Amino acid sequence: MVGKNCFAIASDRRLGVQLQTVATDFQRVFKIHDRLYIGLSGLATDAQTMYQKLVFRHKLYQLREERDMKPQTFASLVSALLYEKRFGPFFCQPVIAGLGDNDEPFICTMDCLGAKELAKDFVVSGTASESLYGACESMYKPDMEPEELFETISQALLSSVDRDCLSGWGGYVLLVTPTEVQEKMLKGRMD
Amino acid sequence: MGDSQYSFSLTTFSPSGKLVQIEHALMAVGSGQTSLGIKATNGVVVATEKKLPSILVDETSVQKIQLVTPNIGVVYSGMGPDSRVLVRKSRKQAQQYFRLYKETIPVTQLVRETAAVMQEFTQSGGVRPFGVSLLIAGYDDNGPQLYQVDPSGSYFSWKASAMGKNVSNAKTFLEKRYTEDMELEDAIHTAILTLKEGFEGQISGKNIEIGIIGTDRQFRVLSSSEIDDYLAEVE
Repeated sequence: MVGKNCFAIASDRRLGVQLQTVATDFQRVFKIHDRLYIGLSGLATDAQTMYQKLVFRHKLYQLREERDMKPQTFASLVSALLYEKRFGPFFCQPVIAGLGDNDEPFICTMDCLGAKELAKDFVVSGTASESLYGACESMYKPDMEPEELFETISQALLSSVDRDCLSGWGGYVLLVTPTEVQEKMLKGRMD
Repeated sequence: MGDSQYSFSLTTFSPSGKLVQIEHALMAVGSGQTSLGIKATNGVVVATEKKLPSILVDETSVQKIQLVTPNIGVVYSGMGPDSRVLVRKSRKQAQQYFRLYKETIPVTQLVRETAAVMQEFTQSGGVRPFGVSLLIAGYDDNGPQLYQVDPSGSYFSWKASAMGKNVSNAKTFLEKRYTEDMELEDAIHTAILTLKEGFEGQISGKNIEIGIIGTDRQFRVLSSSEIDDYLAEVE
């Protein structure tokens, strides 16, 4: 979700195999560099492999070009990597959030084949995505300050995952501003 | 020195530590038509002689300075057909970069990849090195840049450089004339004067070629009438 010169990216913490909960501290949001984060929902093994491939590509890019990747460039890279597996895809939906030039927040999501969806306000993915769309749509306001953005994204996340039996067991929110990064755990309904 | 015994095979070092074929490739470059480039504070200019073998050749069909991307141009000294192959490969690499990152390729990355191609041809079987040195001029987020790439695959960033027949005179002239705060217009005049130094015959818009790139980041080759205008200013 985008705020004023800041963004927040949040996920739930459940890892499950259909009805069995396997872990309640699963990390889905990963750092690419200080101002770029990616959240990967979907099949856990594909999310982890995708993350490893992306970190690999980004590190090589940093070494060759002596600079960090811009969020838009990174989104194009993720899209290209996903489409390479067009006929045997990775079963994950990424959510990319970063601060670009002039501290301008950038967010986008894509499907498992790499179809980019840019947005100016919020992007969602996962099993609870329909609830999330509804919650974000009603709670979102443009140009929120970091504290208000954190409140909004937390409420939207918790209320949506409560309505989905496959999501939940708490939340994890990452709030990024040009000067600092705040990580917070949310305690929701643990079920 | 026994070097000549090692000159038959590209992939064999001579006892003195040289790859003789590459030395020969550099000779091919050194006997090619003069070309030069100058980096100004607000752009880059590249220029080359365009001496045609006969007056019957249609000079409008010959273009030595080529675009690789809208903001990167290249000129060569040496064997024309070899440079065409390199330009083709560089263009493809630039487009592949764009397809992956949706961002135009930075000049340093393009130079690095072109140099890697040239180096491949010095370490493979059954091929010969490219008989060209390239001057790559571009303008990207890091400002104006000028690189020279040699047949061995080594590349250098230059403030001003020359290659080809008249290289030592041209470089001496450039060393004297180059200033750090030169602007694009001054650089064009200096480039023309440098070419004039070693030019045999009457210089005109029809027998030299000039390419420029400024802060607009669009590389373009000047038309022969524009060159004639600059020549008149320089007289």
